[in-house]
Amino acid sequence: MSRLFPHPVLSVALVFLWLMLTRFSLGYLILGTVLSLVAGWAYSALHSAKPRIRRWSAIPRLIGTLFLDIIRSNVAVTRLLLTEGRSGRQSAFIRVPLQITSGNSLAVLAIILTATPGTAWVEYETETGVLTLHIFDAAETDHYHDVIRNTYEPMLMEIFE
Amino acid sequence: MSPLATVPLIVAIPVAFFVVLGATLTLIGALGFARLTSFYDRLHAPTLATSWGTGATIIASALMFSFIDGRVILHEFVIGFCIVLTTPVTLMMLGRAALMRDRTEGSDALPEDMRRRRDPAADTPAGD
Repeated sequence: MSRLFPHPVLSVALVFLWLMLTRFSLGYLILGTVLSLVAGWAYSALHSAKPRIRRWSAIPRLIGTLFLDIIRSNVAVTRLLLTEGRSGRQSAFIRVPLQITSGNSLAVLAIILTATPGTAWVEYETETGVLTLHIFDAAETDHYHDVIRNTYEPMLMEIFE
Repeated sequence: MSPLATVPLIVAIPVAFFVVLGATLTLIGALGFARLTSFYDRLHAPTLATSWGTGATIIASALMFSFIDGRVILHEFVIGFCIVLTTPVTLMMLGRAALMRDRTEGSDALPEDMRRRRDPAADTPAGD
């Protein structure tokens, strides 16, 4: 069973994606299923480690928090860009020691930090687990330390580790 | 023009609001990209376009065409999903390429302690 469906979540998501992009019909359902199975095999050949999601219930909470955070930082970065040159804004590099180590949670954290304007992922050192970020407004250093360590990290650990 | 003429005001107003919001954010992001001087600062400006710039345009499009077709249309959210998933790949690659270049050149765009990759053995991971 797991040979046939190495990544069931990925395959089901791809079928849904396929049906969303086309109109629902039996033919498209079959075609989409075949394609998603092939994609599942291809993915497991490329990347054999299987992501384990331990707590599905934390995912909507993560998405909700991220949604609000994106609105907040959009407003902040827009304001800074419009007052650029007058506000005395300085950018900075910050180093955040991370507790999460699994590739999946790091990948999701990278997506979160990139989707949120104002933070850019620069470097992660596997040996020390320290993440280097570039932040647009150095005045928010403490805010980002706090958000990453106290909001996103616990949620990601709950979901993946 | 004919399908557009049937859209009532109550749908047209939110659609217009989201289109203008998305377009404005994208424009501000593009202007910021042009005006900022450091490479690392420039990484931040386009994320306005890839977050709510895209998001608001998608919401407007989904509202509008769901109303015109009389069924729920969610294609646009697939676009948003793909943009959210793929942007980090590009931005991380650009950021890391810039870091590597600046380290090789010993550029003063980097703070003193970042000019060389830390030696893990000598490093004590303190709370920054």
